[in-house]
Amino acid sequence: MLYEEGEYSTTRRTLTASAVLLRRLHLDGPLLAALAAVSAFGLFVLYSATGENFAQWLRQVEYLVLAVVTLVALAQVPPAWLRRISPLLYAAGVVLLIVVAVHGTVGKGAQRWLTVGPVRFQPSEIMKLAVPMMCAWYLHERPLPPTLRDVLALLAIIVVPAVLIAKQPDLGTALLVASAGILVLFLAGLSVFVIVAGLAALGAAVPVAWHFMHDYQRQRVLMFLDPAQDPLGAGYHSIQSQIAIGSGGVFGKGWMNGSQAQLEFLPERSTDFIFAVIGEELGLLGQLFLIALYLTVIGRALYLASETQDTYGRLVCGSFALTFFVYAFVNSGMVSGILPVVGVPLPLVSYGGTALVTLLASFGVLMSLNRHRKLVGA
Amino acid sequence: MRRSVRIKDHWSEQRLFFGRVLFAAIAAVLLLLAVGARLFVLQVVRHDYYVDLSQGNRVRLEPLPPDRGLMYDRHGVVIAENTPAYTLELTPEQVPDVGDTLRRLAAIGLVEQDQVAALERLIRSGRKFEAVPLRLSLSDADIATFAVRQFEFPGVEIQTRLARWYPYREAGVHALGYVAAISEDDLKRIDRDQYAGLSVIGKIGLEGSYEQELHGNAGYRQVLVNAQGRRVDRLGGGTVALETRSPRAGNDLFLGLDIRVQRVAEEAMEGHRGAVVAIEPDTGDVVAFVSVPTFDPNKFTRGISGREYAALRDDLDKPLLNRALKGAYPPGSTVKPLMALAGLEYGVVDPNSARFCRGFYTLPGSAHPYRDWRKEGHGMVDMRKAIQTSCDVYFYGLAEILGIERVHDALTGLGLGKPTGIDVGGELPGLVPSPEWKQQRYKQAWFPGETVIVGIGQGYLLATPLQLAHAAAVVAGHGRNFRPRLVTAVRDAATGVVRKLPPVAEPTVELKDPGAWDVVVEGMERVTEPGGTASVVARGAPYKIAAKTGTAQVFSLGVNEKYVASQVAERLRDHALFIAFAPADNPKLAIAVLVENGGHGGSVAAPVARRVFDAFLLGKFDVAPGVPGKVE
Repeated sequence: MLYEEGEYSTTRRTLTASAVLLRRLHLDGPLLAALAAVSAFGLFVLYSATGENFAQWLRQVEYLVLAVVTLVALAQVPPAWLRRISPLLYAAGVVLLIVVAVHGTVGKGAQRWLTVGPVRFQPSEIMKLAVPMMCAWYLHERPLPPTLRDVLALLAIIVVPAVLIAKQPDLGTALLVASAGILVLFLAGLSVFVIVAGLAALGAAVPVAWHFMHDYQRQRVLMFLDPAQDPLGAGYHSIQSQIAIGSGGVFGKGWMNGSQAQLEFLPERSTDFIFAVIGEELGLLGQLFLIALYLTVIGRALYLASETQDTYGRLVCGSFALTFFVYAFVNSGMVSGILPVVGVPLPLVSYGGTALVTLLASFGVLMSLNRHRKLVGA
Repeated sequence: MRRSVRIKDHWSEQRLFFGRVLFAAIAAVLLLLAVGARLFVLQVVRHDYYVDLSQGNRVRLEPLPPDRGLMYDRHGVVIAENTPAYTLELTPEQVPDVGDTLRRLAAIGLVEQDQVAALERLIRSGRKFEAVPLRLSLSDADIATFAVRQFEFPGVEIQTRLARWYPYREAGVHALGYVAAISEDDLKRIDRDQYAGLSVIGKIGLEGSYEQELHGNAGYRQVLVNAQGRRVDRLGGGTVALETRSPRAGNDLFLGLDIRVQRVAEEAMEGHRGAVVAIEPDTGDVVAFVSVPTFDPNKFTRGISGREYAALRDDLDKPLLNRALKGAYPPGSTVKPLMALAGLEYGVVDPNSARFCRGFYTLPGSAHPYRDWRKEGHGMVDMRKAIQTSCDVYFYGLAEILGIERVHDALTGLGLGKPTGIDVGGELPGLVPSPEWKQQRYKQAWFPGETVIVGIGQGYLLATPLQLAHAAAVVAGHGRNFRPRLVTAVRDAATGVVRKLPPVAEPTVELKDPGAWDVVVEGMERVTEPGGTASVVARGAPYKIAAKTGTAQVFSLGVNEKYVASQVAERLRDHALFIAFAPADNPKLAIAVLVENGGHGGSVAAPVARRVFDAFLLGKFDVAPGVPGKVE
């Protein structure tokens, strides 16, 4: 890698003040711009999806501000420090998950929240960052691709928190945490043969998993297979979201004019099913526009990951970039009916502060790892 | 264990990483393209299908109930209308505790204690945002009671709705009938869509038999609803074009009934149990249709309480019984003009030849005496005098000569023993006995003695007041026969056009000798002349009345009546009957009057008929001239 800063500083005298500021703050302009575009689009849609609930909309703006502050703050943390605290963060997260399992607050039938004084948070969100960081920490001084021993160790690192989270029960988060860890393994060069074998084993484990699933989780899988079976019960979400999207057509019914969304036929319209609101009101074009924005974010993040200098940074950045993709794909897939209904929000668009902060925090870490440059080969 | 001796190779690791990132990027693009393809299928390929589904999701039909048709009397006076009534309604979703609210309403007397459980069930079975009526009508006192405590009852409100109102209250209730809450039985036979949004249906009388005309057609309005089914006015930013089809009001009915005459007749019957039916012989139009005691139908339209209904049902005087239509009584001597016609038609008697009445009659070869009402007998009587003095012996003999078969055929020909076909439902056919009937009913042969007593309207013979009035009208018209009817015209609510219904002519009663009518009518005229059984009734009348009195024996209490010592004596008295038409030479009105346990027809039933004649023919109304009651 070349030392780029010198190049820019000599050839681009017209570098604007804001670009200088970005560089000083270790932020990536293009990625930030793409994230801002997605967030702005999200706020635009959310105003309609909350049924013109201005108070709720304003709360989301506050969450966004908090998330941006978190991003900028994390971008200032030196990469070495991030790497060193990875095992601590992971250990703390596991302990907190156990605490939640013992006496967490129950919300919506699931035990996810931990209240410390005035702060109420979900330890499972910490694991979305901690698990890939821990995996990358474990691998960063070992030769890659990982040996079988390494793989088994990593699987243990991944499975322990994933199972604790799935037990809460929160299948969506468990899935995201597990995938973030497995993506590190994949990026570390785990042999394709092992991945295929692993998937086969997973397939064989489905009946076992079925046995351990909660009733509502089983219902969701059954409904995914045949939503018409129970149109007013568990299949309702899936049917109504497909009606919303399908009736939107190419151009949509217009912002704030979607009957499915505005008349509340669409459940969870401002959270998990907000993608259907986009489909109904802004049509195919609106949804493709958002997908294009997501691809821009993912592409830029992967690019930054690949130009990150050390193994730890590359693995973490790559995992975060692809986790963002998993969010987008699982949510849009479930809302459009090609995946079962799991509680995964549409990244940066769904209402809710927790996921927003976690996502932008991951991008803050990504920028820190990428923008703190060492002089290599100069 | 051997430690790994592999050395970290940064360049190869970086290449490996690039490869994986490239692979992941391609996979990401492909998977998101799969989502895009799915969206294309939903939004382009199956777009129309989902548009239909979303349309069905948001638009619902809301019923618009029609206004019920009105009823007018023959002079255009409204006798059944729709007026606003105050109802007490509860909207479940606004009430914190339905059971508690109902119990507190019961405590201040706005809801009946025994209805609390039923109302709670009703409320739970409905939709949360739809108001449920707790009381159909509130008095001023009720409204005041509620108004000062309204703050204690969130979700309970007073509403104004159209309710059926009979301004003359009990007047004519047995002809008009009433509307009342739709029952489970009603639901089985009606088109529920037509009654959506309505809580009442025509039950009996004209309200029941003309339900189709009066009801009209329900309309609908498309309304925008949200997922909970609650009505919303707009959809996000815009409004939506929605269809409305107005309801068509029910048709109005015009009756032949004269409400003033009706009131006169009811007042004349005050204090009695019985019936009055007055028919125009020229058309069959019913001018008065009385059954007493009466009751106020407004109680039913506004939600009768269990206690009030039980009081009406269990009343020993049976106000709910329509005596004019369903009361089958022995006609007594009022059948004698009809017997006389039978005798003349079959040629078994010369009207001018006299027979000797010695006060009793015996069948040949039998010693059993059939007594005349006049112990000492009437002496020499011909047919006219036999009618005038109501000589029993003459008609015992006539019946015996005719024989039961010919008596049966003649009385049936004059309309007894079968429904008249009047346009209100529930009419009883009465009974004209025959040997076949007796064989079937009692498995017994007919005895000659039973024929004898049929001659004076006793025995098995039964007729309703309506049948007797109809028979009087047929005699008045010398055989001209119109089916009795209450409704004479219908006004189409949509066009306002009044469609007059032509009188329904039944086959004329033809006699071999039309002169027979004159003989019988002369006999009936002489009833109201000096020496007749009802001579008092015609005193001072500027028109001539042809009539026949009757007194029917009461053999025993009705099966459903309890033995109440104080009332038995009165209830064992004879029924008083009277049939008449006037003016005798050009009959305009034919009447039958029945007074249960009234005693003698000439002294109790006849004066009632006189007042009805005076009212109809002379416009003499000795009651307050039709001031309708105030809406409660």
